[in-house]
Amino acid sequence: MDPTPPPDHPTGDTAFPVPPPRASSSGAATSGGMTGGELIRVENVVKTFTVRTRAGRFRREKTEVRAVDGIDFTVRGGEVVGYIGPNGAGKSTTIKMLTGILVPSSGRLRVAGLDPARERTRLARRIGVVFGQRTTLWWDLPLRDSYALMRRMYRVPRDRYRENLDRCVELLDLADLLDRPVRQLSLGQRMRGDIAAALLHDPRVLYLDEPTIGLDVVSKARVRSFLRAVNTEQGTTVLLTTHDMTDIEQLCSRVMVIDHGRLVHDGDLRGLRLGGHSERTLVVDLERELPPIRLEGARTLRVEGPRQWLAFPATASAAPLVAEIAARFPLVDLSIREPAIEDVIARMYADRAVG
Amino acid sequence: MGLYAAIAVRSFRRYATYRAATVAGAFTNTVFGLIVAHTYLALWDERPALGGYDVAQAVTFVWLGQALLAAMSLLGGGFEEELGERIRTGDVAVDLYRPVNLQLWWLCADLGRAGYHLLGRGLVPVLVGGCLFDLRVPTGPARWFAFLVSVLLGIVVSFALRYLVALSGFWLLDGSGVRTVGVLTAVFFSGMLLPLTLFPGWLGELARALPWSALLQVPADVYLGRHAGGELVGAMAFQAGWAVVLLATGQALTAMATRRVVVQGG
Repeated sequence: MDPTPPPDHPTGDTAFPVPPPRASSSGAATSGGMTGGELIRVENVVKTFTVRTRAGRFRREKTEVRAVDGIDFTVRGGEVVGYIGPNGAGKSTTIKMLTGILVPSSGRLRVAGLDPARERTRLARRIGVVFGQRTTLWWDLPLRDSYALMRRMYRVPRDRYRENLDRCVELLDLADLLDRPVRQLSLGQRMRGDIAAALLHDPRVLYLDEPTIGLDVVSKARVRSFLRAVNTEQGTTVLLTTHDMTDIEQLCSRVMVIDHGRLVHDGDLRGLRLGGHSERTLVVDLERELPPIRLEGARTLRVEGPRQWLAFPATASAAPLVAEIAARFPLVDLSIREPAIEDVIARMYADRAVG
Repeated sequence: MGLYAAIAVRSFRRYATYRAATVAGAFTNTVFGLIVAHTYLALWDERPALGGYDVAQAVTFVWLGQALLAAMSLLGGGFEEELGERIRTGDVAVDLYRPVNLQLWWLCADLGRAGYHLLGRGLVPVLVGGCLFDLRVPTGPARWFAFLVSVLLGIVVSFALRYLVALSGFWLLDGSGVRTVGVLTAVFFSGMLLPLTLFPGWLGELARALPWSALLQVPADVYLGRHAGGELVGAMAFQAGWAVVLLATGQALTAMATRRVVVQGG
């Protein structure tokens, strides 16, 4: 591997600069407690898998798949980072390397001051992991018993455990569920139970793998507001993978997009919207029905009676367009719509697939 | 109470919640005990002192087998199905994120289960058998103690064997076939089908040297007082030796499997 310091982020203009070691600036962190210190460092990490495929009756062919293809990033304490990408892009592989159950083929990882693969058990005490599709709770046991086992497993002091459990029970509304066996819980209830289980030992980093998958709107909102509270009050660093863009919009100050094993964006949401070829939409209400408005730098999407929709590049300013419309047409009302983040990302993947 | 003791207690309680299953199981063990005991009576009537047992010892062997059947998980029903399923679905990844030793974790869980099965599934058949047949009972607390230690060692060996079977799922993706082979092997080579002392020549030698004999044959012989003094120590050393070898193998294979598991499933 390359022994030199990591290169700059290979992504857009809003990418976070790689801080010097032990940087203490906390500019990008959301808020709260233990912000600032570098908590996760990933340097030029590659992970390849050998996949055997059938080639003929007995012959097997070995092909090498690069699940993660040289990624670099750092996460500072207190950040909430969204880690997104299409299925098979390398998200889970990255998370598995960050938790130490997968050894990188090359490159360097550092989480909470430890080498994950080499010090997996020690690291396990400093991180929390939640899988939306799997549970860490014991199926046949009341929720309370699962938590009691967690306390022993992570050797949490009794009063600290009480405090953490009480907070989770209150914020996640678990009081009525504690004595119920996990198999009787609904998906949303179980998910809340799982998130609480991951936080009882005060982890410095919380990895969430699709924490809102399959949940109804109310449960999703509750999970999100809880995560926000944990981040602001405890300063817990959160790394979140999800396909739900509302999770990203409501929780994350920073988004990393991975595709084909490479980071294609690392920065804030605004940067994600500006990058790529996304468009903003101008919704124009006129006094009466008119033929489609034709303007330089905008295209008409739709006309419906006196209302017209015009698209223009997200990077361009809306001011000259608005001024021109107001000058030339009988304008009643006007609003601007930001591009939906889903669309931005869908376009991003599509662009890369073509390019 | 430490973590591992807590796991064993939780596991004991977990099996204790399925009362109907316990009653049904104990009933089945009793019925089978009756059938097999009568078969043995006919057999030993024809061939007295078969395998070095008198009639009373032979019938006692039958009821011991029924009492230990569930605890030793000879027909399955232990942790191995759950672990096998977790490996198949990839849920085992959750276990690997924990700061615990995977094998030790499941060992404690299985000890809790075995403890419950020993009481819930073992006592009733032995009491019924004791009322209907003339069974041998160990004389003196020392022999009882030796028997309990031997049963505990047998459970550990049984666990270690099933752990290896479950781990095979990491390589085979679906371990149910291996589990079936594991059950058949255990039933035959533990002495559950017939006491291993009945087998002549090399087959008998082999059967008595394999780890499965630690599950039933050895504890039964300890109970029946067929080992004395140095021989008793030797019998238990045989069990303990297999336990150590198998657990060490399990530990090594766990390390190999964890490096592998991660490939499966997003």
